[in-house]
Amino acid sequence: MSGGVDSSLAAALLAEQGYEVTGVMMRLWSEVAAGVESSNKCCSLEAVDDARRVADLLGIPFYLINVEQPFKQRVVDFTVASYLAGETPNPCVQCNRHIRFDYLFNYAMSLGADYLATGHYARVRRPDGNQSLVISPQSPRHPSVQPPSHHSLLTGLDPAKDQSYVLHVLTQETLARVLFPVGEYSKPHVRQMAAERGLPVASRHDSQDLCFLADGDYRRFLRDWTPQGAIEPGPIVDSGGRVLGRHNGLPFYTVGQRKGLGALATAPRSGAVAGVAAPEPLFVLRLEPASNTLVVGPAAELGRDHLTAHSVNWIAGQPPAGPFEVQVKIRYKARPAVATVAPLSDGRVDVRLAQPLRDITRGQAAVFYQGEVCLGGGLIE
Amino acid sequence: MSDIIYLDHAATTPVRPEVLEAMLPYFSQHYGNPSSLHSLGRATGKALRAAREQMAEVLGCAPGEIVVTSSGTEADNLALRGVALARRQRGEGQHIVVSAVEHKGILDTACHLRDHFGFELTVLPVDATGRVSPDDLGAAMRPDTAIVSIMAANNEVGTLQPLRALSAVCRERGVPFHSDAVQASGTLSLRVDELGVDLLSLGGHKLYGPKGVGLLYVRRGTPLLPQITGGSQEGKRRASTENVPYIVGLATALMLSQAERQTESVRLTAMRERLIDGVLASIPDAYLTGHRTERLANHASFVARGIEAEGMLIGLDLGGICASSGSACTSGAQEPSHVLTAMGVPRVDAVGHLRLSLGHSNSEADVARVLEVLPPLVSRLRAMSPFANT
Repeated sequence: MSGGVDSSLAAALLAEQGYEVTGVMMRLWSEVAAGVESSNKCCSLEAVDDARRVADLLGIPFYLINVEQPFKQRVVDFTVASYLAGETPNPCVQCNRHIRFDYLFNYAMSLGADYLATGHYARVRRPDGNQSLVISPQSPRHPSVQPPSHHSLLTGLDPAKDQSYVLHVLTQETLARVLFPVGEYSKPHVRQMAAERGLPVASRHDSQDLCFLADGDYRRFLRDWTPQGAIEPGPIVDSGGRVLGRHNGLPFYTVGQRKGLGALATAPRSGAVAGVAAPEPLFVLRLEPASNTLVVGPAAELGRDHLTAHSVNWIAGQPPAGPFEVQVKIRYKARPAVATVAPLSDGRVDVRLAQPLRDITRGQAAVFYQGEVCLGGGLIE
Repeated sequence: MSDIIYLDHAATTPVRPEVLEAMLPYFSQHYGNPSSLHSLGRATGKALRAAREQMAEVLGCAPGEIVVTSSGTEADNLALRGVALARRQRGEGQHIVVSAVEHKGILDTACHLRDHFGFELTVLPVDATGRVSPDDLGAAMRPDTAIVSIMAANNEVGTLQPLRALSAVCRERGVPFHSDAVQASGTLSLRVDELGVDLLSLGGHKLYGPKGVGLLYVRRGTPLLPQITGGSQEGKRRASTENVPYIVGLATALMLSQAERQTESVRLTAMRERLIDGVLASIPDAYLTGHRTERLANHASFVARGIEAEGMLIGLDLGGICASSGSACTSGAQEPSHVLTAMGVPRVDAVGHLRLSLGHSNSEADVARVLEVLPPLVSRLRAMSPFANT
């Protein structure tokens, strides 16, 4: 529980259906806990109080559990390392994989829970065809004894709020024991139901991707939390290798970015030949950490029709046979694009896009869908 | 609520019915200010004097040697600040000695006197069981030592200090000796002459009295600078209108608990022993913290290695058992308890500290229930996660 509208309503709906609900908030590692002054509301004592008030209102027990150490290790350190490796990581994916649906999930199960429920906008289709909200507390206590490959992750009903992208790391084991009560509703409906129950209606949850930052400035965070010399200025080149200028440090850039390139973004300065047509806008094409080089180019060079991904999770347990057609999302807010996926060895996949796609970025997740079913995904290489 | 098993008497205790009953008339019926001349004032003044006499009888001291405070922590503050500042004013010292396992009421106050008032501070080490050595105390004493404060019994691990030997060291040198006996108040003798103390802190809510009231015994002749001024109450040592219902409650609770102290100690010790033996026999890789025998009759505390206390406390709570840990994570990062650290318990072990403290409401059935719930809970938590332990 975050104290926000989604998890509060999730708890309320389950309690109303007769579940024996226990509220939990994770105390994650954050700069604030590490002593940095903050404007960030996540994990603040205020948020804890908000969540406690909701639990009091619902009459359920509430525990603040300390997840600082695993979160620091598996999410924060991973995120920093990923940036330093020239990637643009998605910490929420990492958190769901290692913290929420692993550490917390196992913690809850070891304390005797039957399900872990969250306020995510997604749905679970169960082997009997039921979806998350329809199953009753009288159903079998341990659904994991049911045959595998029968649970599907579906997008949330509200396409604007769908969070299945960051949930593509779920497995049959976890899906059988997670509940997403608000995934059946639109955000306005959720707010309305929360208001009807006297629950808070403001959402703190989706306000920040990087919940552990004190101020939302990831560049400042990276400067403060990496060793001296880990981030150095270096050359900006075009795809022909021509040096156009200097960058401030690779982790401060991401693919498709135009802002922050300074004067370069509109007018290459050195070596510009007189008489050249009006300068084109330049974008980040890729980051080359081995040579600390930032490669830029015009919009026309941004598109790619091919990518590979590693650490792929297939929600069904294994990939469908042979190359198959999917819709792929290459970022949380990206529009799904038609592609053909061919599983490779070592949990990797080869993805051919029907149309070239901008902003394919190392470190982001590529998540595969067939209609409303989320098949799984991996990290773009 | 009746099927809740309460094993956190070291944190607080319920107000017993006799105490509540004794308090009630002094809220709305006999509400006069004891300092008032009129009949209502006289009535509460009489109750106050009676309560003070009852407390004095329990402590074996004169009624005028008792200063009622708002809590044990306030009593600790008054003792340390009051004596240290008064003796320095007289040119008698500027050095404070405390033990490393004191309650924060003493430790933080001692640090405050050091950091903001220029006192020098010696923090005495403890052995692996949490005990201070009288020899160490003797070696730490200086001609300018203003006060020594060592607790009677530790709240986290239950260890009893050798108070008589420690107070003797101070007595020889004429240095006031204070002891925080808040934890010990329900099960130990509180006769101040037997303990050899010059100052003693007690709190109402650890002995089935109300929260929000405590007392400081101050041996006649001990210099004490008041910390709350504004009236002549408590012999001019602690101003403010007396909290009559709570003082009556504290006196009643003290009397009752001391009257049944010996029989209750025997009963609690037997349960404590079964609890300790049972836990150590059924949970592998667990050990007792604190002294095996020199410990509070109601206090069992353990380290279960390889897990954090949090999981045990939540699991027990979900099973209807209230327990606690010395390693409470209050705000921000989880810090291991200063008590366990001083005893040399490694940090990785200290996070798995569990405290079970017995009391009036507990029976053998409760001990059996804990022994049924705790061992499987610990093994489930241990099996939980590959990095639960890292």
